[in-house]
Amino acid sequence: MSVSTPSRRRLRNLRMPTSYADDLRLLPSRWLRVSVAVGVLFILSLPFWTPEFFVNESVWNRLWVTIGIFTIGALGLNLLTGFTGQVSLGHAFFIGAGSYASAQFGAEWGVPLAGWLLMCAAVGAIVGTVIGPFALRLRGDYLVIITFGLVIIGQHLFSNWDSVTGGGSGVNFQAPTTLVPGVDFAEITLFGHEFSRDEGFIYLVWLVALISIVLVKNIVRTRPGRAFQAVRDRDLAAEVIGVSLFRYKVGAFAISSALAAVAGGLFGAHAQFVEPTQFSIFLSIEYVAIIIIGGLGTVFGTVLGAVFFELLPEVVNKGLEFYVPPFVKDPNDPLATKGVITVDNLEQMLRGLVIVLFLMFEPRGLAAIWRRVKTYFLTWPFSY
Amino acid sequence: MGKFLDLTANGVATGMIYALIALGFVIIYKATHVLNFAQGGLVALGAYFTYNASVTWGLPFPLACVLGVLMTAALGVVVERLVLQRMVGQPVFAVIMVTIGLLFMMNAFIEAVWGAERLNQGDPWGLQTVRIGDVALEHRELWAMGTALVILAAFFAFFRFSPLGVAMRATAVDQEAATAQGISPRMIFALSWGIAGGVGAVAGIFLTTGSRAAEPAVGLIALVAFPAIILGGLDSPIGAVVGGIIIGITQNLTGGYINTNFEDVVGTTFDRVMPYVVMIVILLVRPYGLFGTKEVQRI
Repeated sequence: MSVSTPSRRRLRNLRMPTSYADDLRLLPSRWLRVSVAVGVLFILSLPFWTPEFFVNESVWNRLWVTIGIFTIGALGLNLLTGFTGQVSLGHAFFIGAGSYASAQFGAEWGVPLAGWLLMCAAVGAIVGTVIGPFALRLRGDYLVIITFGLVIIGQHLFSNWDSVTGGGSGVNFQAPTTLVPGVDFAEITLFGHEFSRDEGFIYLVWLVALISIVLVKNIVRTRPGRAFQAVRDRDLAAEVIGVSLFRYKVGAFAISSALAAVAGGLFGAHAQFVEPTQFSIFLSIEYVAIIIIGGLGTVFGTVLGAVFFELLPEVVNKGLEFYVPPFVKDPNDPLATKGVITVDNLEQMLRGLVIVLFLMFEPRGLAAIWRRVKTYFLTWPFSY
Repeated sequence: MGKFLDLTANGVATGMIYALIALGFVIIYKATHVLNFAQGGLVALGAYFTYNASVTWGLPFPLACVLGVLMTAALGVVVERLVLQRMVGQPVFAVIMVTIGLLFMMNAFIEAVWGAERLNQGDPWGLQTVRIGDVALEHRELWAMGTALVILAAFFAFFRFSPLGVAMRATAVDQEAATAQGISPRMIFALSWGIAGGVGAVAGIFLTTGSRAAEPAVGLIALVAFPAIILGGLDSPIGAVVGGIIIGITQNLTGGYINTNFEDVVGTTFDRVMPYVVMIVILLVRPYGLFGTKEVQRI
């Protein structure tokens, strides 16, 4: 078997990085460039079709808006937790801050789209910079507890700062969606297809998501990214070799919460209504689940995790159409005479179970599974 | 002054319940170095198991309590065996997140089986209050204080004098040396989860009887024990008790003075948040809690 012929080697170079310089590239191989293009085309095509056998059109569109929003927020958390090693349960607070910022700046003050998105990011960055120094003093378990407390205090703030947040009953608002005059994401017409509001939001959200992905990818493959990873692996050692812990820990918090706030802003603008109960600790846990399932410290994994975690309930719903286990209440039977648990509960339990199972059996997440499968096919018939 | 004494006494009663929850955290943390978010779920499940035994099955309340505590303790052991045992040696982050995933599941399980509405357990302690001067205490609070004192005394005696308790302390100090003495760490880990489940269930019962009711949010309310263990230090059982009582008093005084007088500034339910504010301040001044062991870092 002459596998290592020049042509074979060239083929492999198309698909896998072969040098350190490749590792630093944004898109190391032609294979990756093609995949990214396919991914972008897939997103662009989303408003035009619906897999009717799976979900109906409105669910399908909303699903992808949600996935996009979660991708943006989870990128921020992965930068903080996956790359810098600062475990935070405070993400829900930053998301909430962004949501209320979009209500205040977008709806109340009428700042145009790009403006209020940037202001959300600024609010997030400022809040993150204030919280960040905690990480200098606390690490590990203690940081987890304090960020948990932050969410509790944040929810209290959201329920009581009535003039901005509308208090416990929440706030209804319409944030502007016009990027430049003539381009309103709520009313796009493309190729004779009039977009619904959700379909327009797919483009808006994924445009922001793409910008965030490129941003985070660029951060992690350059000097700050290496500093973040040095802090993650051993913060004392990093400081000794000259990495400023203050700059990089606080910086990681600032960037992470800026991304979270942008996600929150988009979430609020899309839902047109936010209330404090949405920003509970369980939202933080969802984000943590996404980066665990996707893969800590990978950008691609974050996207995979968001897709997986948000698709899961829909897949469960679909499965229940064919078979309802005896312990689940039949969603089509309003009286639900038999069965103990509702579909919502089943989904929530499955989400918890997925977190636990991934941590137990595949702590490096979907990204690791993907890499393993890819390596298997690329190196076939050899195992390495 | 009368109001102050009354609020403080009631705060001590609440604080004793927090002390029980905090003790559960600390026992697990000392033995396994796991920060167990699922403790909140165990507290809630203990309450619901008891509810199920006393209301649904119609058992007498004391029997229902014993059953609830035993079932929760058994659940703690099962969870440890099935899940946490496999996480030994994994990074801290992963282990914490596993317990959070468990909390997520327990929460869903409770809503699934018992629904999200508030369930009243009735008033097994009686509704009367006892007055001593200005201090008025409900019977439930007296029972809570008494039970907590007995349980805490029993545990400190257990750790101090019984071979098993000494084995647990030995494992906490030096696992390898304990293993060399013939102590099985696996057994100790499972035992600590069982104890944590048991004391958590007792706390859960007191948190959901009398004027209160069982609701899924109990799992999160129970996490107010975090400020308590931060105050006391993650690995100090005495600290857990002291911290729990301090947090209970703080919460009650906040409710009595700040909530009512500064409602416009801090909002109506500030007493629920106050423990966390105290916690953050304490952590900024002393990053390892008031009585916790300072970690020594090396490169």
